[in-house]
Amino acid sequence: MDVPAHLELTDDQARAVAGDQGPGVQRAMRIVVGLARASGAERLIPIGRAHVDGVLFHGQASQDFADWFTSVDARVAVPTTLNVAALDLLHPWLFRGDEDEASTGRRLVDSYLALGCQPTMTCAPYQDRDRPGLGEDVAWAESNAIVFVNSVLGARTARYGDFSDIAAAVAGCVPDAGLHRPEARLAGLVVELDPDTEDWLTEESGVGALGVIVGRLAAGRVAAIVGLSPDTTEDALKALGAGAASSGSVAMFHAVGLTPEAPTLEAAVGPDREPDRVRVDVAAIRSALASLATVADGPIDAVALGTPHFSVGEFGRLRTFLADDPGPLRVELTVNTSRGVLAEITERGWLEGLAAAGVVVVTDTCTYLSPALMRNPTGITMTNSAKWAYYAPGNLDARVVYGTMRDCVASARAGRVVRVGT
Amino acid sequence: MTPPRSVQGRPLVAGTASGPVLALREPLSFWGGVDAATGLIVEPRHPDVGRSVAGQVLAMPAVRGSSSASSILAELLRLGLGPAAIVLGEPDEILVVGALAAAELYGATCPVVLLGHDAYVTAEGWSTMAIAVDGTITDG
Repeated sequence: MDVPAHLELTDDQARAVAGDQGPGVQRAMRIVVGLARASGAERLIPIGRAHVDGVLFHGQASQDFADWFTSVDARVAVPTTLNVAALDLLHPWLFRGDEDEASTGRRLVDSYLALGCQPTMTCAPYQDRDRPGLGEDVAWAESNAIVFVNSVLGARTARYGDFSDIAAAVAGCVPDAGLHRPEARLAGLVVELDPDTEDWLTEESGVGALGVIVGRLAAGRVAAIVGLSPDTTEDALKALGAGAASSGSVAMFHAVGLTPEAPTLEAAVGPDREPDRVRVDVAAIRSALASLATVADGPIDAVALGTPHFSVGEFGRLRTFLADDPGPLRVELTVNTSRGVLAEITERGWLEGLAAAGVVVVTDTCTYLSPALMRNPTGITMTNSAKWAYYAPGNLDARVVYGTMRDCVASARAGRVVRVGT
Repeated sequence: MTPPRSVQGRPLVAGTASGPVLALREPLSFWGGVDAATGLIVEPRHPDVGRSVAGQVLAMPAVRGSSSASSILAELLRLGLGPAAIVLGEPDEILVVGALAAAELYGATCPVVLLGHDAYVTAEGWSTMAIAVDGTITDG
């Protein structure tokens, strides 16, 4: 294959391109070099790990690309985690779709396991104890995971997607481009929060709405957000990134004073640069919150939590809200999470109480991906997730109302939207 | 007779193509926004909802959203429902890899060209575009 003139390969990389490390690595290098051609990268750099989104079935092309590697016995070169699948592999009865759909989903997972990937099945691999560290180059796919690993952990990934994720994992290297480059990580936009926004930004739903605003404003730039409370949790930053990656193609933000590459605004912006500045006021937050609903407050048919996958901390808060307001749930309340977090809440003895309260815990997948995961996917669903609110109307034909986690629990009790705050 | 208008872009995935232009009025996520089985834009909030990307030179001012866009693009190209080419106002590596994968798996051609802001605005109003392998885009 042609290697572009701007790309200088090491001897090992050149041998891999020539096929000396086998056809699997050679195929992976075709994709990696193709990406380097598009980005103008001058070299390929090693990665420490990869996270693969391509394991979710989107049609025959998904399986064909996996087969392109399995047919030549390719193996991943670095520790590689897997994103969500089309169905809950641990609780297959939760999938109400037809058996063909389930078996195509399972077959694709099996193909990625055959390549040596780990069956983590989560969109929040950063909630594992073993996670990338500051300055580590990785190849992560899944838009919310990309923005979290860059922003909150300070590890470095460009925007990988289906196909480039597994190609990078098999090749063990990526173009030195995009957010792998330190200069690309500096803020080109400063988002200043009005002080009175603070009451709106205390938990995931409000911060997720801020994320939606940031996504619309960013236009390819890294945003530095000034004015978030020092108490802002990782769960809230997860919601911020997921919202921003849903409304824009945001792959990184800085939260000044919170995220590792932004101890100060000056550090986030870098020397001798003049970023654009924009203020966000309460009216903007309210407008973003309103934009996430597709119907007015009224009766609801379901509550969907856990997009991205619920953390142990979020389950702890859900338990508190359920205990504060006991009684049966009138509508289905689903929570998506990872098998890793499920194991931890099981060990803590929380799972039985959640099940007794009527909570349906879904692992390995996400309720917005398939109408087969909810009793009434096209009904009116309340969520605290900007990402769920963004995608479910297109994916499921769902109608959406949006609120805090506490609102969601109270509304599940009442069968209609109840606003109780945070 | 006026000579054909042209702008110079950077080929992210090189190839030749031509077709009518579908200039999206807002950023679009292929995943969740385009139905891979029909090629129709299905994102209810999108101003171009209901239109088909099939055979179009798809002009996208900016891209948003999911890292599964590559799969949707490859599946569309497998089914012959893909865009003829993609013209971007901002770089996007996820659509690039979708086009690369479809070329490897199916021999499908979907050039992806990046235009600078001014060139993008110039070309956005054209009704047809022809893409050359070096990234030159001609009106008609």
